[in-house]
Amino acid sequence: MLELLSGFIVELRNAGLPVSLTENLDAMTAISHIPLEDREAFKYALGATLVKNHAHWRSFETVFEVYFSLRGPEYNITDGDGEGSIDDFLRQMQDAQMKGEGNGGAGGMDQLTPEELMQILMNALMNGDQAMMRALARQAVQRFAGMEPGRPVGGTYYLYRTLRNLDLDGMLDKLMNASREQVGGELTKLEDRLERDEFNHRIEQFKQEVEAEIRRRLVADRGAEAMAKTLRKPLPEDVEFMHASRDEMQNLKKALQPLTRKLAAKLARKRRHGRKGPLDFRNTVRHSLAYGGVPAEPKFKYPRPSKPELIVVADISGSVAAFARFTLMLVYALSNQFSKVRAFVFIDGIDEVTDFFKKTEDVSEAIQRINTEADVIWVDGHSDYGHAFEVFWEKWGKEINPKSSVILLGDARNNYHASQAWVVKEMKQKARKVFWLNPEPRSYWNTGDSIVGEYGTHTDGVFECRNLRQLEAFVEKLA
Amino acid sequence: MAPRFDSVQQVRDGLKSVNYLADDGIAGVAFLADRLGKPILVEGPAGTGKTQLAKSIAEMTGARLIRLQCYEGLDESKALYEWNYKKQLLRIQADKSSDSWSEIHDDIFGSEFLLTRPLLEAITAEDPVVLLIDEVDRVEVETEALLLEILSEYQVSIPELGTITAKQVPMVFLTSNNTRELSEALKRRCLFLHVDYPQMDREKEIVLTKVEGITDMLADQVARIVRSIRQLDLKKSPSVSETLDWARTLVLLGIDHIDAEQAKETLHILLKYQTDIAKAVKELSVD
Repeated sequence: MLELLSGFIVELRNAGLPVSLTENLDAMTAISHIPLEDREAFKYALGATLVKNHAHWRSFETVFEVYFSLRGPEYNITDGDGEGSIDDFLRQMQDAQMKGEGNGGAGGMDQLTPEELMQILMNALMNGDQAMMRALARQAVQRFAGMEPGRPVGGTYYLYRTLRNLDLDGMLDKLMNASREQVGGELTKLEDRLERDEFNHRIEQFKQEVEAEIRRRLVADRGAEAMAKTLRKPLPEDVEFMHASRDEMQNLKKALQPLTRKLAAKLARKRRHGRKGPLDFRNTVRHSLAYGGVPAEPKFKYPRPSKPELIVVADISGSVAAFARFTLMLVYALSNQFSKVRAFVFIDGIDEVTDFFKKTEDVSEAIQRINTEADVIWVDGHSDYGHAFEVFWEKWGKEINPKSSVILLGDARNNYHASQAWVVKEMKQKARKVFWLNPEPRSYWNTGDSIVGEYGTHTDGVFECRNLRQLEAFVEKLA
Repeated sequence: MAPRFDSVQQVRDGLKSVNYLADDGIAGVAFLADRLGKPILVEGPAGTGKTQLAKSIAEMTGARLIRLQCYEGLDESKALYEWNYKKQLLRIQADKSSDSWSEIHDDIFGSEFLLTRPLLEAITAEDPVVLLIDEVDRVEVETEALLLEILSEYQVSIPELGTITAKQVPMVFLTSNNTRELSEALKRRCLFLHVDYPQMDREKEIVLTKVEGITDMLADQVARIVRSIRQLDLKKSPSVSETLDWARTLVLLGIDHIDAEQAKETLHILLKYQTDIAKAVKELSVD
């Protein structure tokens, strides 16, 4: 047990979770108080002692599944033949289901035709029958995934194969129709919506069962250590903007909200507690009363430094679009920490998009509008930093003043156009600070058509901003 | 010291008897905290019953709840202890002539002149207590250090008096709304519990126990609608307490089946931003 646990902790550390030695010891003590056969309690005991940040919970769960999935009576792996008690159990369940339907009872699940299987699945989903769903997930994986021992294919491949055969999208429509029939007539729109959410939720549960089943089988085949390695996913704050999948992007967005709250609180605090100002005479006299009129406790006025003004100029061409969108979202979520925020986007033409944010409270809607409405294409829709900067300088250059910080976002891949780096130089002379954020890894800078070095010499700093962690660190520095 | 609870199930049942419906995680962590003698750091969105958990545990174990509300600028004179300097001054002035200085010096730094604040009070209490340190993320990072000694050793050091050690290990809850990252040192000393919005079934149960005179069907509908609303991308998702307010309103209005029109009219109890309300109305009635 001890060995297993230390292997588990090593894997958690490999996944990027900071697990200290004392926490490790706590976990050991904790599990001695918990009945080991209670899997949920065991999981929470480990979770409470080892994971101290909710964003890390998902990673913890994955590793936990891999390490402790095989240990538990109800999780025995069943092979194609010789299914024991589980099969009996299934048959009972099934008979109970079938009787109501008036269908002839079938034998074990192996003998079912795919149509019958689908029918049972639909019933299970309809009634929200958890045990049945789990059994069906097992059956579906066994039947459709076509897993071969030792084949070096990722779990997602098997998942795809299984789900393709099950046609869950069609299932949703069928379920909706069935529930309409049950009520007899049309559902109101509200009911319709609620019913749909409910079924979506159940189908999602079923998918997770399938995924878990595949994982269990893979672990049995390859061993926990190897499996944990293939499943290792970066923590949300370490996901690279430029290579984030849709799923990861969703997670990033979720992580953004608490982050902005944290940053806003931090920035406000930093500004207030910066340094002491001149003596506050009135306040000092007021407090001296407690000491019999002796001003023993001098009070000071806290200066209220003016909030910085921010000008964001972002490249939104394909390769860096996700990064630009993300940064704009962050900046606008923090906009009350700045006296003024202006946003410009470009590809080879440049356009101001400040108004998009002003009109709506919803940042994601504004981003949506930028994608469709901003006029950023001048010739061919390939990045041209030089032209964009030139136009920016002509049109809005006058408005940069010593209070404003300029942030330039992009990978500086200029497609071998003229760089017009003098614009950045001029900016720096007029503005408080000019920063450049580059979502590319530092080792790629100044290779190929990237000319970030040429612009960079004129700025107050070029920062690598590949993930949320780096972006957070930068924003903190800014205010 | 004898443990307070025998099993996780006992915690769960006990909490249920005081109308707090815990899930496996909550009950399990509370059980462990008692066994390991460690504080629990409870984190999660506002209005999910973090503070209520501490209150319920206190009620269930028959302990006194001592609460320290954290805020920016909290210092040791408000959290730990303070010398009652007015009384000290009086003592010195009362009999100037008789005592020698050294006697007075020993005397005025005795426990008689010590004002206990919540943390010290929890430590020195004779009867069973539950200590709740509420919204710990509001204090500055430096002030957090104040808590470290009491959280790991259950003792307070007062330079003039020496170290005061707890007579009994109290249950300690810290809550945080996660407006900033707490320091590693603090986290390391605590068990971590994340309380999220409840699953639909549990939320329905909560509504049924907390709202008087609600029918099963209405509770079910309320829970379902709230779940659908939480799936939308909102500024502020409805919390459990808001769900309860909404359910109570519906009961008071004598509604036993919600239709779209009624939902629309009472939605402002659930959601507090105009944009959120507009979005929810649009989502729930149009498609």
